[in-house]
Amino acid sequence: MSETIPITIDGVEVQAKPGQTILEAADAAGIYIPRLCYQKDLVPFGACRVCTVLVNGRPQPACTQPVAPEMVIDNSSEKVQTYRRNIIEMLFVEGNHFCMFCEKSGNCELQALAYRFGITAPKYPFLFPKREVDASHPDIFVDHNRCILCARCVRASRDVDGKNVFGFVGRGPHKKVAVNADANLGGTDAAATDKALDICPVGALMRKRVGYAVPVGQRDYDTKPIGSDIETSKAK
Amino acid sequence: MSGLEAEIKAICKAVGNDRTRTMDIVRAVQDKHGCVSSEAIDVIAKQVGTPRVEVEGVVSFYSFLSEQPKGKVVIRLCHDIIDQMQGCDRVAQAFAEELGIAFGETTPDGMISLEYAACIGMSDQAPAALVNDVVVTHLSSDAAREIVRKLKADPDPKRLVASLGDGNNAHPKVQSMVMNNIRVRGPVVLADFDSGEGLRKAVAMTPAEVIRDIKTARLRGRGGAGFPTGLKWEFTRKASGDQRYVLCNADEGEPGTFKDRVILTEHPDLMFEGMTIAGYAIGAETGIVYLRGEYAYLRAFLEEVLETRRKQGLLGRNVCRKEGFNFDIRIQMGAGAYVCGEETALISSCEGKRGDPKNRPPFPAQKGYLDGPTVVNNVETFCCVSRILEKGPGWFAESGSKGSAGTKLLSIAGDCRRPGVYELPFGVTLREVLDLAGASDAAAVQVGGPSGQLVGPKDFDRMICYDDLATGGSIMVFGPERNVLEVVREFLEFFVDESCGYCTPCRVGNVLMKERVEQIIAGRGEPADLDYLQELAETVKACSRCGLGQTSPNPVLTTLKNFRPAYEALVKQDKDGFRPTFVLSEAVGDAEAISGRKSVHTHQ
Amino acid sequence: MAKPKVATTSLAGCFGCHMSILDIDERILKLVELVDFDKSPINDIKKFTGRCAVGLIEGGCANEENVEVLREFRKHCDVLIAVGECAIMGDIPAMRNMVPLKECLDEAYLNGPSVYNPSGQVPNDPEIPLLLNKVYPINEVVKIDYFLPGCPPSADTIWQALTALLGGKPVELPYELIKYD
Repeated sequence: MSETIPITIDGVEVQAKPGQTILEAADAAGIYIPRLCYQKDLVPFGACRVCTVLVNGRPQPACTQPVAPEMVIDNSSEKVQTYRRNIIEMLFVEGNHFCMFCEKSGNCELQALAYRFGITAPKYPFLFPKREVDASHPDIFVDHNRCILCARCVRASRDVDGKNVFGFVGRGPHKKVAVNADANLGGTDAAATDKALDICPVGALMRKRVGYAVPVGQRDYDTKPIGSDIETSKAK
Repeated sequence: MSGLEAEIKAICKAVGNDRTRTMDIVRAVQDKHGCVSSEAIDVIAKQVGTPRVEVEGVVSFYSFLSEQPKGKVVIRLCHDIIDQMQGCDRVAQAFAEELGIAFGETTPDGMISLEYAACIGMSDQAPAALVNDVVVTHLSSDAAREIVRKLKADPDPKRLVASLGDGNNAHPKVQSMVMNNIRVRGPVVLADFDSGEGLRKAVAMTPAEVIRDIKTARLRGRGGAGFPTGLKWEFTRKASGDQRYVLCNADEGEPGTFKDRVILTEHPDLMFEGMTIAGYAIGAETGIVYLRGEYAYLRAFLEEVLETRRKQGLLGRNVCRKEGFNFDIRIQMGAGAYVCGEETALISSCEGKRGDPKNRPPFPAQKGYLDGPTVVNNVETFCCVSRILEKGPGWFAESGSKGSAGTKLLSIAGDCRRPGVYELPFGVTLREVLDLAGASDAAAVQVGGPSGQLVGPKDFDRMICYDDLATGGSIMVFGPERNVLEVVREFLEFFVDESCGYCTPCRVGNVLMKERVEQIIAGRGEPADLDYLQELAETVKACSRCGLGQTSPNPVLTTLKNFRPAYEALVKQDKDGFRPTFVLSEAVGDAEAISGRKSVHTHQ
Repeated sequence: MAKPKVATTSLAGCFGCHMSILDIDERILKLVELVDFDKSPINDIKKFTGRCAVGLIEGGCANEENVEVLREFRKHCDVLIAVGECAIMGDIPAMRNMVPLKECLDEAYLNGPSVYNPSGQVPNDPEIPLLLNKVYPINEVVKIDYFLPGCPPSADTIWQALTALLGGKPVELPYELIKYD
């Protein structure tokens, strides 16, 4: 199908393809919409809400909202950026994010988003929840202190690995990732080769014995902000 | 094979080992064993062919289900704001003392568990509690002690019902002490009704004509959002799909509302008939009533009404002798989760999953229950449907206000002399409602439950209708002696407890709003906290995924607007730049107790 | 005209942030031309001698003395800067925040696997400040004007902030200088 759907993002006219979400159309046009739970090739989940945009004035998540003709999308106003900054700050105070010793630091998407938004400290009080670390598996550990409930591992294990190693239990502030065993990860068929391990945006799901491999200065977000790969793709 | 395994296999088999009936399975296991243990979860997962973590996810989602054993009898004391105003804390103390346990605990003999419940739909006869499925109302501390003594002598909760309530509460299949408290009967929902009349007229028309009549009547959804019902049906009818479904939302969990309880007790026929008409209009064969777990005491009665309708030819094959129109209704029990009143969460729960709302689009009309086009309407909406078909759309559209046709059932509770259910035409002013209910001295009124708005006397001349003061039915009245911020705090606690936790703003934002409101109540707020709360609330409202999160900041937003002086009276600026939330004497309390010496700094 | 004064302190921190201050290398000569140091471990002045333009706080509040010092800083400084992650969010010391204080002390002095303490005594001299029930980010104790993230913030970050403030401008950090590790 060669027909395109004209939409406007921050005043820029974009020709979107039918069936695309706003986020996909923006990516293709070299416009970065911040996101955390979204991961290319996984079913959109719509949980983190960092990709909130204003569609004709109404807040919508860009990762699940399909494009429609004449959409006028605000991806950069102070209002939208404030929403996003607040959500990022909520994620920081909700868990226990100790960047200074985290293996993921420098490659962490949550941290990188905070950098991109210029956040020096969250305005909200830190909640310091008591959370567990599951190191029962010989090659993998789960640190719930760092989990942001994005469900990337849940989706990847189910849809890519075909394993269903992860799921959610509890609700509200008590919601957490659980594993498909009566006790811990050691009781599941999770393997170090699982795709689910590659897509954790934070340091919650990690392979053992391979941390800190990349020197400071050469990590993903040491010098260029998250999203700049999408933004520079426009130049091509 | 262990005894447990055999029993659970039988429970699974009774629903055809159908994964989508997981709710029925786990409810049955919970009822029988007092928990859905890890071992039980394993067996269920194997029988229905799903990962065990999915089943565990379901069990951990609903407050009536648990992996850890509960007592044979579970007392759930309603703890909403109205019950608190009516003295539920004294009742709570009496229960705890008499049982010798705290809330959240079970007696050492494993007999009785004590818990709090969010609103159980009995605000007009508060304080109230559920004892397993049995409702006990108008509790006092004496009544609580008496209940415990009786349960210790005979653990059958049914024995607690001393006198029966009015109307069908005395029906052999109900036998409850609940009162209907119908104060005003309007012409639409609570008037007398001949079963089958509207349905026979419907099947004499084409489905398109039925939808046209619903549109002509200008019927809008009674759950609160007010979407035009005819339009919803038309979308569903036109959507492609092999199977279509009619779902009735009988999960009224909005604190302070109980009008669906009265409809379910007195006019279930009217509701079932509306569902059947909807089935005819959209081309569905299956209807499901999602009945909140708190109303389990009505289930046997509703099943009997359904059975009678089947015998009368009003359900089943060739309904009303209309060749090819097959339609039946089943009841899906909930298990204690307010969010399941959100239509897509309700669908998730009917599908046997966690009650997480779904992403939209697709909307239920396109892809709903089991991915089929689905209509979800409120109990009261279906009642209006029956009446529109019976009496004609013109008759219906004549009453009410310009944008809101018909009548509305209001559940009125709190500081008023005549709490109960009022069926009034849309367009009635709040002042008229308050006068009827005997609440002329109200200082604040929560219209639409916690997710609605708190208004003061300057708004009392506004109208109850979709375009002004919209409500799904809940009206809570607060007298001059009540603390508005305490009401806000209570509602935020409710939303923290009931958030599904799926999206960030609702999961975290409600916790943060509650924290700050509590600080302000404690006199530890700063003027800047008002802007902080405003921005936080706006973020949660704008960015949350479903109606729960989009409305959970309303208590904060509407009180910042309508009752700002209540906040301003409590906040103060510290000239030294010290945070009032930090109190050194409290922060060193633990260390003083451990070390046995006093802080040298706390004199400041 | 008298030079503006700068004060610094380390509360529940490791002095790493102070090391980072010294890491501005030769720029320190320029700094002493621009400012006088008041209360600070760098010059070992124990008590404030007057009003300060800028206070740099390293570390969070772990005990009552930290609170006392922090409040003194708030009273004496026009602008207060939280330097480093311990000041901002408690950091490593705050890892005890999920555990009740009694359990922390028992683990540290009685039950820990590497503890040798035959007398079974937990230190409790009147000179030892009482611990707080948890480690508080300093922004939860007094109002903080600016935050310099990092563990520690780089010397460039600290330099950028100080020169901006002394030049009468608000602190704004470019992308490369906002780091949490």
